[in-house]
Formats: sequence, C-alpha cells, structure tokens
Amino acid sequence: MSEVLMDMQNLAKHFTLAVNFLGKPTAVLKAVDDVSFSITKGEAFGLVGESGCGKTTLGKILVNLYSPTSGKIFFAGKDLTVLNAEQRRAYCKDIQMIFQDPYASLNPKMTIGDIIAEPIIINRLLPKSQVEERVIYLLNCVGLARHQRNRYPHEFSGGQRQRVGIARALAVEPKLIVCDEPVSALDVSIQAQVLNLLDDLQAEFGLTYLFIAHGLNVVKHISDRVGVMYLGKLVEIAPKRELYANPLHPYTQALLSAIPVINPAKKKERIILQGDVPSPINPPAGCRFCSRCFKELQQCQLNAPLLQEVAPEHWVACHLFGAVKA
Amino acid sequence: MLLEVKGLSTEFKLKRGIVKAVDNISFTIDKGEILAIVGESGSGKSVTSLSIMGLLQKPGRIAGGEILFKTQDLNKLSQKELQKIRGNKISMIFQEPMTSLNPVWRIKTQIMESIRTHLQVSQHEALERTIAMLDTVGIPSAAQRANDYPHQMSGGMRQRVMTAMALACEPELLIADEPTTALDVTIQAQILELLYRMREKFHMAVLLITHDLGVVSEAADRVIVMYCGKIMEEADVRTLFSTPLHPYTVGLLQSIPQLDADSDERLYMIKGMVPNPLNMPPGCPFSDRCDHSMQRCSQEMPQLQDIAGHKVRCFLYEGGVRVK
Repeated sequence: MSEVLMDMQNLAKHFTLAVNFLGKPTAVLKAVDDVSFSITKGEAFGLVGESGCGKTTLGKILVNLYSPTSGKIFFAGKDLTVLNAEQRRAYCKDIQMIFQDPYASLNPKMTIGDIIAEPIIINRLLPKSQVEERVIYLLNCVGLARHQRNRYPHEFSGGQRQRVGIARALAVEPKLIVCDEPVSALDVSIQAQVLNLLDDLQAEFGLTYLFIAHGLNVVKHISDRVGVMYLGKLVEIAPKRELYANPLHPYTQALLSAIPVINPAKKKERIILQGDVPSPINPPAGCRFCSRCFKELQQCQLNAPLLQEVAPEHWVACHLFGAVKA
Repeated sequence: MLLEVKGLSTEFKLKRGIVKAVDNISFTIDKGEILAIVGESGSGKSVTSLSIMGLLQKPGRIAGGEILFKTQDLNKLSQKELQKIRGNKISMIFQEPMTSLNPVWRIKTQIMESIRTHLQVSQHEALERTIAMLDTVGIPSAAQRANDYPHQMSGGMRQRVMTAMALACEPELLIADEPTTALDVTIQAQILELLYRMREKFHMAVLLITHDLGVVSEAADRVIVMYCGKIMEEADVRTLFSTPLHPYTVGLLQSIPQLDADSDERLYMIKGMVPNPLNMPPGCPFSDRCDHSMQRCSQEMPQLQDIAGHKVRCFLYEGGVRVK
C-alpha cells in the first residue's frame, strides 16, 4: 500500500523577471523553492496555501507545463527530469490535471464529447471504432448523460463543466491527477456534488490525487495527508488528522484559526496575522514567514529553518522545533 | 429602523423573456445592525444591493416596491437627489478590489473626491481626513501610502482603501457586496475584523452580501437566505445556524465540509441545480431539488411564515408548526 508513486526532491522553479546588460538575472521570482515530498500510491495529498505561494506552479511542473529549474521528480521510480521532451511526453498520460476555472479550461468550439475523445485519439489508446463507446462510458462515470455528448461547453453550468474537465482527465487512465482548486469556482451546493464525485472516482479507479486548494475545510475533507506552503516553501506536512488537531507551524495555526466557523455560538480565539504576504521576488534570507510571525525568534531572520520530522510523519520547518530533534 | 425594503421586485427584460431577479422581497435593517443576505450565484442578492443603491443597469429595472431609507423612498428620488445620499449616508464596497478603484488616480485623490463631494471642507482638511481614515482602516504609514496608485497595493490593501473610501463620510448604512470573496483567508479575517471594528466605531448598519456561510456566522446579527430571487428564510444568526428550518438552508449547511467534523463521511449533496430563471417552476423554486418535496410544492408558492420572529417559506411549517 505504501508504495511511493511520486517523489519530489529539492524541486525548484525560478522565473527570471529582469536581467542586467550582461544577461545576469537581477530579479528572480522563486515560485517554488526547494520543495521535497512524496505521494504514496492511492492517497490524496492536499496542498494548501494562499495565493502566490507556488502551489499551482508546483502542480504545473508535475504535468509538464513548466520544466523545473532544479530538483528531481521520480515517478514510479523513474526520474522525469533527465528525460528528453519526447520521452517525457510518454509520462504525460499518467499524470493529468483538472483545472480551477471550468469556464476557461474547455475549448468553446468543441463539443464536450470531442473534448473527452481528443486525449484518447492523440494517445492512440483505442481503435477509432471504440472511442465513442468509451466517451459515453466516461460521461456516465462523471454523472452526465449520453444525449449531452454533442453539446458545447457554454450550454453547461459551472458544475457540469467541471465534470467534463474531470472526464477528460480520466480519459487516458492516469495514475495521478493534479486537481488544481477544482471546486473553488463553484457554489456550495455544487461543490459538495463535485467533491463526492472525486471521492467516488478515486475509489473506483484507484486514483492518486494531488489536491491543490486554498480552502482548508475542502482539503481536510478529501485528503489523507496535507502539506502547507508559504511563499514557495513547504512549511509543514502531516497526516490530516494530526495537522488539524495539532498544527505546529505558526503559519498553519494562523491559517486554521482564520477559517470562519459555521457556528455563531462558538466564538473561537483568533490569530489575526499582520500585514500581507511579502513579495516572492528576492525573498528574505531567513524564514519566509518571519515578517508576519507572532512567535518570531532571533535566528528566524538569519537562516531558513529546514523541514524536519518532529513527530511520526509530522514534518515542520520552524526554528521553534529546532531543539526537539537535537 | 434605518432601511425598510417593502415588496421590492427587480426584473431584467431580455429578448427571450423577463427574468425576475428579485421577486417581492421585504426586510428591514436597524441602526447599528449587521444583516447578511446569503445565497448562491443567481439568487438575486447582488441585484438587491444594486437596487437599493440605484445602480441597476439596463435592461434591469425596479418593477415594484419601496425602498425606504428613514422616511425617503430611494426609488422615487432623481439621480441628483440620490447622489447626495450615495457615498454619504449610504455607501458600498464591492467584491473586486482590483477593478473598483480607478487605476490612473492616486488613492488619496479618489478618497478626497468623495469627501469633497459631500462635505464642505477645504482641500487640506479633506486630505487630513483621508489620511486619518486610511490610518483607521489599518494602512501602515498612511500619509505616504496615500500617494500610491492602486496597482502598487495588494488585494487586501485595496479592499482597505475601498473601505476607507466608503467610510470617509461616516455613512449610516454600509452595503458590503462580497467584501472578502477575492481575498485569502488570513486577509479575509483581517477585513472582517475591520468591518466589525468600524461598526462599533461609527455605529453604522451593514448589509453584508455573501455566499459564504462561514463569513455570515462570524459577522452577522441577522441572516436572510435567498434562493431564485426569493427570501426562503430569515432569522437571527444563532437561531438560523442552530435550528435552520428551510430544507434549502439545512442542505447548504450540511454540504459544507466542516473543520471539526469527521471528514471521512460523505458530504450531503443538494441534488440537481438552480432552475433556469427564464423558466421557473410555478411552485416553490426549490421544489425539484428538495428531499421533502410534496405534490403541492411544485404547484403553488408557499408564503413566508413568521414563527416567533423566525421566518420561513415552506409548506412544512404551515400554521407555525412543522407538518410531518
């Protein structure tokens, strides 16, 4: 069961924004900086963080929309970063993505059936005669009907379009699906439908998810393990029960306390962070969170804390826990 | 009573028919109260706020009803008279802090404009007031940041600037249309706290429009749940969350993944989707998605019942008691 499907080691993606006259970069945006974690086969790994923390960039690296600046990605034991473009493409089939915006991620000029059939045809997965049958099967899997096959995306509501996006991702029988905020553009009642659908499909097809979201309650619902990102760094990883019951990193604590509770009788004590997320361009040398941290130590501004295991399977990058392991 | 909306209907005349975005709704807001209107997309909550502000764009129009601010009917005022109230006695903050500020003007100019329009003050006094206001809403080194252009600020900062602009003339009613939807949770917490603080400080009433029940539960005193342009339920916040009556409200509350719940259970789903506004069923608009739907639900429209201050529009509660 605990077979590692995807293992990322020191993964980084830097965008050079400006260069001087010698071509040396002067402004570098470190979107993902030295991130390492692994995803076990069959699990749902949740990745949370606020806008600009690099979670979407990370997802795009995995599906080969960006190539990493440095670091390694092992998929089923194979290092994907050393492959050439053609060899890398062969793995695209195994790692698919569901996008955030169901309005922008479907081609408005194609019928939904053609949208779902396209990846099957491109990857030559089935003889032409069987493609249609498979499309109808996939439509049924995501709760759409056969007669909707020839309709265009604009005829569908947001939730239905997201179902089409899911069917397209499933079409090539992927092993890992990167779900990038799949429900954040949807209404609450539709959100629940899509989350339940993702749950069912995971059980039915034995899928592994990397579930990227900013809503901590949604991530808690779907994930087995959760990683918290802040400004390109992974600050905490733990099994979900452990993370939500016992958050260690001050940022995770603040993030959890910021979520409104659906119970007006229960007023909880709230940590309100000061200020905004600093710019990811040329970020500070020490801990990235130190400018907003309410438990800052002296060393936080000087050197960046490393991710370390402070309890079984609970990893945190914070100087507060430096002494635990030593 | 500060604002009283009586039987307000707003419709949009389209080629394919008339969409009743807001259908005969009535509610009141008292001084210093935070009233939340919650609903999903298309429920008519934003159109309600635009109707109150007189900001409806064609083809939308108010088809009936009264909007009484103190004793004046806002709907009967001319644009010129409305402008004296808008931004002064009633002001609004919008959902998109990115697009609702003018990108080519410094923020101080934009805030001073609103002050100088409504109050007889000198340029100098207006600037002082602007800086004091920016300081109140928590912009660090306000005197310098006042010279910034909107693009130099983050989303949370811009929402603070919007709030400062709205509060500059110390309005009696603030309409906040999804003020935190575009923001991250940690910034959302900051802005909600700010609204709360401002309410205490200026004793203003707030009409909070949102789709997020979490935000409602944190901020509001009283809640109206809207669906397809109609009020389905209205109660004070504690009552609504502890004993929701309408099946739609119950479904909404159950379908949100909760942080303290055991998360391995399946989420409750409201089946189906919102009906097409051009083709509304004759009865209760929620009838085809409802678990408790009876035969008459799809034929006649239930009335809004008042059960000891808790209003609900559902046949299950006819005569003030739950029918089994």
